[in-house]
Amino acid sequence: MNGSMIRILVSGAVAAAFAGGAYAQQEATGAGASFPAPLYAKWASDYNKATGVRINYQSVGSGAGIHQIDAKTVDFGASDMPLEDKDLAQKGLMQFPTVIGGVVPVVNIQGIEAGQMKLSGHVLGDIYLGKIKRWNDPAIVALNPGVKLPDADISPVRRADGSGTSFIFTNYLSKVNAEWKSSVGVGTTVKWPTGAGGKGNEGVAAFVGRLPNSIGYVEYAYVKQNKMKYVQLSNSTGTFVSPEDKAFKAAAAGAEWNKSFYQILTDEPGKDSWPITGATFILMHKVQDKPMQATTVLKFFDWAYTHGDKTAADLDYVPMPDSVKAVIMKAWGEIKDSSGKAVTFK
Amino acid sequence: MSTLTVSSAPGAHALAGAQKNMPPPRKFRISGVLADRVFALLAHAAAWLTLATLAGILVSLVIGAWPAIDAYGLGFLTNSVWDPVKDEYGGLVMIYGTLATSAIALLIAVPVSFGIALFLTELSPGWLRRPLGTAIELLAAVPSIVYGMWGLMVFGPILATWVQAPLQKLFSGVPYLGALVSGPPVGIGILSAGIILAIMIIPFISAVMRDVFEVTPTLLKESAYGLGSTTWEVVSKVVLPYTKTGVLGGIMLGLGRALGETMAVTFVIGNMNQLDSLSLFAAANSITSALANEFAEAGEGLHQASLIYLGLVLFFITFVVLGLSKILLLRLQKNEGARS
Repeated sequence: MNGSMIRILVSGAVAAAFAGGAYAQQEATGAGASFPAPLYAKWASDYNKATGVRINYQSVGSGAGIHQIDAKTVDFGASDMPLEDKDLAQKGLMQFPTVIGGVVPVVNIQGIEAGQMKLSGHVLGDIYLGKIKRWNDPAIVALNPGVKLPDADISPVRRADGSGTSFIFTNYLSKVNAEWKSSVGVGTTVKWPTGAGGKGNEGVAAFVGRLPNSIGYVEYAYVKQNKMKYVQLSNSTGTFVSPEDKAFKAAAAGAEWNKSFYQILTDEPGKDSWPITGATFILMHKVQDKPMQATTVLKFFDWAYTHGDKTAADLDYVPMPDSVKAVIMKAWGEIKDSSGKAVTFK
Repeated sequence: MSTLTVSSAPGAHALAGAQKNMPPPRKFRISGVLADRVFALLAHAAAWLTLATLAGILVSLVIGAWPAIDAYGLGFLTNSVWDPVKDEYGGLVMIYGTLATSAIALLIAVPVSFGIALFLTELSPGWLRRPLGTAIELLAAVPSIVYGMWGLMVFGPILATWVQAPLQKLFSGVPYLGALVSGPPVGIGILSAGIILAIMIIPFISAVMRDVFEVTPTLLKESAYGLGSTTWEVVSKVVLPYTKTGVLGGIMLGLGRALGETMAVTFVIGNMNQLDSLSLFAAANSITSALANEFAEAGEGLHQASLIYLGLVLFFITFVVLGLSKILLLRLQKNEGARS
């Protein structure tokens, strides 16, 4: 009896090992940015239902995502900030954008409705520099004729944790405010001159919701889902725009994706462009030790670009324009196996 | 075991029937000796493993922090600039934040815990003891992130309106005290973090205090009461001297928890790297909070090394706190001997 028992166990284990082997080819893992994580998770579960292939995504932060793809512990990395072309070349990586997101300033001032307050990038920079301290400062009044502004201190709120959102935001302030550029600079974490720090988008949203006369910045999806009081911003043409899908798309369309995927979509030209826009990126090795894995990953993103736009829009992300998708799929030709043959994805 | 050996002697035929069901005694003895050795080995290994883990953590912290130690040396501890963009780091702001919040927490938690323990052991009616004791212990079971969220959403606004604003009115114009309460009263900062920490460590300290108060021999207490002592006299002259080791241990346990607490502090401390104002209402930062917020996005190099350096400093602070408490206890015991 013992013998038969062992035989059953062994055959079961062998079968499981074979099944596991077959399964492993149909599985890919990625890690990185937390901003697109809900979307990648939804895409992965939809893709799993459609094809049976499993994509695992670990939301660990952009910096950690870059580390992990660099160390080849994952099949793809994800980052909210693009790597510069020379860094990519040095690490042997290529990158492509998946969706667009916008960073939106939000305020909590009694009597001010969503979209009622208008600010320029320069004034926004001065607020975060601590130079403009009160809501009835002449610079803010001049932008908001007819709006009743309180005689109260401004409480600026920003991200406490290192994040791609802060990167896009500080990148924008550096472009439009010279003093910001020289004294603070651009980064996922910077030496903030003023303000309280909340952890994550939810932390900033909670602070702004709770502190009277505060201003903060959060991802667009957060503004929409929590009906926060957003601010209109003047873009590079001097036109005031509201944060909407079409404003983010306009910003993305203006970038020169043909030349390089290193595009930070802040302060883009075009009168409809939202000025603080950014794409989120996927990183992959150009030379693949495991081309099967690369095929699985590329097939997944191919599927996502074709079938995933509605899911993205439902979750308040902005899909890439079709023209950009075509450029991305062409760029996938750069991903090759060790013999130099391009990895297939169709 | 020796009785078993005797019973298996060849002459003991009468026991043969009973022996059928017994395992051969010789084997039994060997396995007993073997088990003893294995057990001793395992116990040794467990003890050494702890030491090795401790040493391993210390070594890996030093290696990880080495670029920052090399670049800044001990100046890191007194530099208050933390600027990831310019790649310049100093830990003073976080170290101050950690020490200040823990000090505030102890300042509040020790007297309150003492009161709780005293009430539970000496003053409370019998029917209230158990439910009240359990309720306080349950406070320790609340996850720290819940304290953080509650601190930010509920406690912060209450503190801003009912404590900070009145304090500011009271102390405005008073030197030093006025500076301590300056700044916008928004309900986040050093004071909020300290109070949240106090709430978190009260159950630990009070549970230990209650337990040690309870072991004071009734004989001693009853004798003191018999001599006409008041409750306060009994507590201060009999219970406290008898239990000071345990009380101090409880306080140190609480302090250790306060120094290392991360999530709750991150929510309410404001995460601002500044020391321009020493106001208790100003947003500040703590070591654990800085680590939690920045580690995931910190690139390799000085930023990461500086964060690990901060971890090393926290390790050192906890070590010193533990060491000091041990020395303090030794002193107390020595004095005890001298007096008797």
